[in-house]
Amino acid sequence: MKKTYKLENLDCANCAAKIENAIKETEGVVNASVSFMTQKLTIETEADIDEIMAKIKKIIHAVEPDCEIIF
Amino acid sequence: MNKSLKKLLKKIIFAAMLFLAGFLPLPQIWQLLLFIASYLLVGSGIILKALRNFFKGQIFDENFLMTLATFGAFALGEYSEAVAVMLFFQIGEFFQSYAVNQSRKSIAALMDIRPDYANVRRGKKVVTVSPEEVKIGEAIVIRPGERIPLDGTVIKGASTLDTAALTGESLPRDVAAGDEVLSGCINLTGVLEVKTAKEFAASTVSQILDLVENASSQKAGIENFITRFARFYTPAVVIIAALLAFVPPLALGTFDFRDWGYRAITFLVISCPCALVISIPLSFFGGLGAASRCGILIKGSNYLEALAKAHTVVFDKTGTLTKGLFKVSKICPENISKAELLRLAAHIEALSKHPIALSIREAYGQEPDMTVISSVKELPGKGISAVIGADNVAAGNLKFIQSLGIAAKENHTAGTAVYFAVNQKYAGCIIIEDEIREDAAAAVSALKTEGVSQTVMLTGDRNDIGKKIASAAGIDKYFANLLPAGKVQKIEELLKQSADFGKVIFVGDGINDAPVLARSDIGIAMGGIGSDAAIEAADIVIMTDEPSKIPSAIRIARKTLRIAKENIIFALGVKFLVLGLGAAGYASIWAAVFADVGVSVIAILNAARALRLNKSC
Repeated sequence: MKKTYKLENLDCANCAAKIENAIKETEGVVNASVSFMTQKLTIETEADIDEIMAKIKKIIHAVEPDCEIIF
Repeated sequence: MNKSLKKLLKKIIFAAMLFLAGFLPLPQIWQLLLFIASYLLVGSGIILKALRNFFKGQIFDENFLMTLATFGAFALGEYSEAVAVMLFFQIGEFFQSYAVNQSRKSIAALMDIRPDYANVRRGKKVVTVSPEEVKIGEAIVIRPGERIPLDGTVIKGASTLDTAALTGESLPRDVAAGDEVLSGCINLTGVLEVKTAKEFAASTVSQILDLVENASSQKAGIENFITRFARFYTPAVVIIAALLAFVPPLALGTFDFRDWGYRAITFLVISCPCALVISIPLSFFGGLGAASRCGILIKGSNYLEALAKAHTVVFDKTGTLTKGLFKVSKICPENISKAELLRLAAHIEALSKHPIALSIREAYGQEPDMTVISSVKELPGKGISAVIGADNVAAGNLKFIQSLGIAAKENHTAGTAVYFAVNQKYAGCIIIEDEIREDAAAAVSALKTEGVSQTVMLTGDRNDIGKKIASAAGIDKYFANLLPAGKVQKIEELLKQSADFGKVIFVGDGINDAPVLARSDIGIAMGGIGSDAAIEAADIVIMTDEPSKIPSAIRIARKTLRIAKENIIFALGVKFLVLGLGAAGYASIWAAVFADVGVSVIAILNAARALRLNKSC
């Protein structure tokens, strides 16, 4: 399952890199990419994304507290 | 500039004034107060963020590291340095955000081709609805100045269209009743009435937007390298800084924590890989944007990177090197009248979208009667058979007709020959000719200038036609008589041969060559706008039908890569140099600040050049 989300208030490029690295290491994630320029997160998962959505949100908030994931 | 950026700028200016005032010949306590005021003004946000992130476990957060460095500088009594670190860190941040916003904006403007509404004729009224609500086959009215919302065919009116947003072509295009028009173009002069051929989601404009919006999720190897590098860079620098502060003074027994602490602070100041993590994606983003401004849509930075390593460029002949505009040049009937052969030919090809079929229908000049056609069987690359009225008709290349056990004679007229059999008897052939594109030869020689080692042409056509076109275009090698499967096989051979040297690019028109587009390292669909299959299968879509866009694409790719590499070498070079000097005690905090912010600014300015690379096409 592959899905793309918009990330609002993603203000720093290094944070984008950190978020990408952390999501890639999350269990169940096959691949992830955060584009700082287009402020988009693309995730590819084995199972349903919704199941790990809470984890992903937590990662994003830890790195960039103001950043919101838009559905 | 948005609100938060403006606020940041005001803060920076005010803080800079306070900072400068701190150097006036005032009593020392006043100087210190001015510095502290300046520091708090520009740094309080960062300190708050640092605390918040620290408690969330983000130890290597740049805000935290800056806070640590400045606190350290204050503790050592280096007041002006402490303020400068914070002030310039913020100036760097401001500059980054500004540059990023500017390039986002310039791309957004480029992609501002989404039509907002459509005027549909429903009953006697013309109603304005959103483009998604228009169905296939409805009539839409487009007034001068409006954007065409959906793909379709003009049924009434004549006008000129500005296609620049789609093709990068600045010359307006004339259209009249019967012409196909693509969504995203702007109607310039007359009122047009268009019968829609596609729904909005399948229309050109939606497809382009989808493609461009999703482009940057496929990153180039060099981008991924930087992301991985960033991960180790900060912790490594911070750990070395910590060691530097405590190990040497203890080991040497001098207990000179002040000197070594100062060196550690210079490390912390350069601990953010910001210049790299921002400038590399910015370069690629700019390169992709510049390419789309030239009418070259690239599906991801990874393809930009691959393009720069182009070794072999393989062209499909028909529709790519040639115009694909076939014209019936000769009809040679046997055992049948000329008009009857043409009639049967137009009927058997009635359902095909192949350019040859179109040319035959055009020569026929009437709409084929679909009711008389039945049992159509098509063998791609070979031929087609069907029952037309009471006749069993077969059409195709010579081999195909002969394989049906029919004695067909080869016709040696230059051009593509379609052979016909009616009721198991040879019925003659129709000769169709195609013209080479004006810029084909120029494109091929430009590819050589760009350093492409080999150009190849593949065609399903006869050897003599292939030879003629290949030599006219200046192609190195050509392979003729290929079926679609044969083209895939040839691409695989070429992939194997060039594996050690570089990438194999295949350029096709997206009709019948989707498997080859998919199999090659980079598939380029030319004039692909309007063909869903091409947009789907290709990695790069060229919106005009000029082969000369391919060397342009390679040029943009090479320059983008060059900019990215310059930034990596420059940023890393300066950082490592200052880290080295800092450890040895030769670089001051000031030097570190300027190295960090200065490198960011220069790298960003360099990356911004990529946005203007469209000038080279």
